[in-house]
Amino acid sequence: MTSTSQPQELSDTPVAVALLAGGIGSAVLGLMTLLAEASTNIKTALTWSKPVGALAGKTGWAVIAFFVSWIVMHFVFRGKNVNFARFTTFALILLVFALLATFPPFFDLFAP
Amino acid sequence: MSITAREGWTVLHGMMFGAAFLLAFAGGFAGLYSLRPEWVTAEGIKERMLRLKVGMWAMAAVAWATVITGSYVVYPWYRSADKTSAKSILLANAGTAEWHNFGMEWKEHVGWLAPIAATVVAFAVTYYGPALAKKVGQRRALMIFFVVAFATAAIAGVFGAFLNKVAPVR
Repeated sequence: MTSTSQPQELSDTPVAVALLAGGIGSAVLGLMTLLAEASTNIKTALTWSKPVGALAGKTGWAVIAFFVSWIVMHFVFRGKNVNFARFTTFALILLVFALLATFPPFFDLFAP
Repeated sequence: MSITAREGWTVLHGMMFGAAFLLAFAGGFAGLYSLRPEWVTAEGIKERMLRLKVGMWAMAAVAWATVITGSYVVYPWYRSADKTSAKSILLANAGTAEWHNFGMEWKEHVGWLAPIAATVVAFAVTYYGPALAKKVGQRRALMIFFVVAFATAAIAGVFGAFLNKVAPVR
């Protein structure tokens, strides 16, 4: 008697994590945009480069949040089966927030 | 037919990198959308997988190149405090101020969502490989992210083109 081995189905966790990291990075950009609009101190703190202005810090933090959250979540959820639908839903909610928060008529509301 | 260095960088940012991303979207989306076992044979799925993976990573790389050249090369010239900078010219006139206050303010932020979303999609396509054809929900999620990448890049591209028409960076 021979047993046939079934190919192991790929876990969805790495992709769920990547999607959520994308949502987190995007949301951080949105959040930084709102904060910079609301506070000149924060805007100054985000001015990592004088020629680029606060955009450098806003996008810098977004990119850092994207990659760091991806790496951290990869290790936290490695070997576990996460709920793909739930992760995707969170990711899309964060993405919608980012789209809203980077829309000038919206973030202008936060200007003092 | 000479152009200045600044115009050259603006062309590289918008008409080379940015345009390449927008043009490649159609092929990438068609590839993702049609990756179904009921439409394509197993051999066909394997055949197009390499193209999809290479194409997605190329798009992600081009998206990063677009936002980096835009924000760190062209944008400083645009926003210089000099009275002859594009931003100064736009804001000096009430009739053109909204090109900056709305157009550039939107473009400079929303454009950065494109490389983030594109990188996620490229990773997922590479990770799943041919198995992506059987993962309906997962493929749908990736298509949403991919469309968001395109939409944000398109917004940035359209406003970039108009801004460069109204107040070119020279």
